[in-house]
Amino acid sequence: MDNGYAIETRGLNLWYGDFQALFDVDLGVKKGIITSMIGPSGCGKTTLLRTCNRINERLGYVRTTGNVFVLGHDIFADDVEIVQVRKEVGMVFQRPNPLPISIRDNVLFGFRLHEARMRKVPAGEEAAVLESALRQVLLWDAVKDRLDQPATGLSLEEQQKLCIARLLPVKPEVLLMDEPCSALDPAGTEAVEEMIWQLRGDYTILIVTHNMAQARRASDECVFMLLGKIIEHGRTEEVFLNPLNSETADYIEGRYG
Amino acid sequence: MSHPRDRTGVMDRRDLAWYADRCAQVLIFAGGISAIVFIIGIFVFVTREGLGFVFGPLDLGQFFSSIEWRPTSDNPGYGALALMVGTLSVTGLAMLFSVPLSLGAALYIGEFAKGKTREALKILVEMLAAIPSVVWGFVGMSIMNPLIIQVFDVPVGLSALNAGIILGLMAAPIMTTIAEDALKAVPDSYREAAEALGATRWEVILKVVIPASKNGLVAAVLLGVGRGFGETMAVLMATGHSINIPTSPFDGVRALTATIASELGDTATGSPHYGSLFTLGIFLFVVTFLINLTADLVVKGIRKK
Ligand SMILES: Nc1ncnc2c1ncn2[C@@H]1O[C@H](COP(=O)(O)OP(=O)(O)OP(=O)(O)O)[C@@H](O)[C@H]1O
Ligand SMILES: [Mg+2]
Repeated sequence: MDNGYAIETRGLNLWYGDFQALFDVDLGVKKGIITSMIGPSGCGKTTLLRTCNRINERLGYVRTTGNVFVLGHDIFADDVEIVQVRKEVGMVFQRPNPLPISIRDNVLFGFRLHEARMRKVPAGEEAAVLESALRQVLLWDAVKDRLDQPATGLSLEEQQKLCIARLLPVKPEVLLMDEPCSALDPAGTEAVEEMIWQLRGDYTILIVTHNMAQARRASDECVFMLLGKIIEHGRTEEVFLNPLNSETADYIEGRYG
Repeated sequence: MSHPRDRTGVMDRRDLAWYADRCAQVLIFAGGISAIVFIIGIFVFVTREGLGFVFGPLDLGQFFSSIEWRPTSDNPGYGALALMVGTLSVTGLAMLFSVPLSLGAALYIGEFAKGKTREALKILVEMLAAIPSVVWGFVGMSIMNPLIIQVFDVPVGLSALNAGIILGLMAAPIMTTIAEDALKAVPDSYREAAEALGATRWEVILKVVIPASKNGLVAAVLLGVGRGFGETMAVLMATGHSINIPTSPFDGVRALTATIASELGDTATGSPHYGSLFTLGIFLFVVTFLINLTADLVVKGIRKK
């Protein structure tokens, strides 16, 4: 079933132990555009994001009810392979988290995992994949001469770009980004933001941000969350200029902090 | 200085705290220094007792190449080769058995076990480390010995194999604990990153966790080896204590440590026999020191560059 949504949740509830963090969330994230998610601290943005690739399940005490569909497939269905879900849905974390291996191995990490399961990859192809991924995140020129150096030696901005680059070789449909710029300085933020904007169209991007200006500038649609519920979801200009809900207006105008 | 405020209670309290602070400083310093003093003291003692013999009657070539260990004979021989091979073979067998066991246990405890199981296992491993070595020797003599005779259909069960297994079990707790520490030191964000990229649990362990904790794991193994070299009582009881270059794991052997322990009581201070045992001691000291030093350097990652 193709209804134009890359991600769709229906009646999604989530508990950390006894604490309910998401309430009856119905969200449709449209394919090919950038959707931003805003809301005060602790409202469940990260939680919702981490449910979409089931990485939340690493914590043993998380329980969910309801459905999440990625490209029309119910990711909680019994016959779903979690590895396939994570191939379709890449994730960028708040703090850049390159693996303690070389830049090359970082970018090719996911590619090698997924491709090696199916076929033998010729060496030339790896090099091409590596270059294309690094070019897409505008990092190629900066690192092309030190591909075999440890990724942990890069600046934070470069690390975050690298963390985005390593998702691309497996051709995901969706990129989830949890405040990808919050650990960066203003210049780094701008660079990464610009780069994310360039990925628009090739990927569906769902990005959490605390930065109103960033949400407004760099997203097509905007979701406002409060206390584990989705309060408002619409075109970004609409949400910012004519919010339907008074709580949205309060938040956007800075009355929640 | 006799500033009037010096006599106030506030100032007195500060003086007291200051003295306490000073005392604590001195005590801690003394503690730290005494550790070094003891180590140097032991080293000086062992070498002083042994060196006279090393540079005197001992033929170093014979020491390292002959298997004739006859210190009490009329025609004495001080060849320690069989003893070295004995120690090596027992330690080697122990590691063959213990390294996979310990690393497996560490992986299970560190990466798979959760909550109560995990805590219980850690406590069990620590309890295992607390079993006195003479008890292990006892296990070797009275349980492993008949078991080996029965299972492998060999005439004696006190052998390099027996001691190797016992020593492996003895070295396992420290190796498990240190390996588990090394795994624990791998930031969880690495695992999360790899899982989010679609790695399975095993791929995360093989491609991320083990490479990232490699130094710690190597150090764990080295400390296990060090433990094996230095172990005495259990080895004395389980090897059969026969001077012999083993050709199979079922042969009896004799270890350096066990030789010192069993013979030193019968020697006259200053005699050649006494000196020769101290020579074995120096040798052991140097080898274990080197092993521990390597382990230390590996932990600090100096070997990387
Ligand atoms: N691992 C966890 N265990 C228990 N409770 C958690 C856990 N993670 C989050 N929570 C709780 O769930 C709620 C939502 O948290 P979440 O991290 O999703 O919020 P957020 O919107 O991302 O906040 P922020 O803007 O600060 O990142 C919070 O009340 C938080 O305390
Ligand atoms: Mg968050």
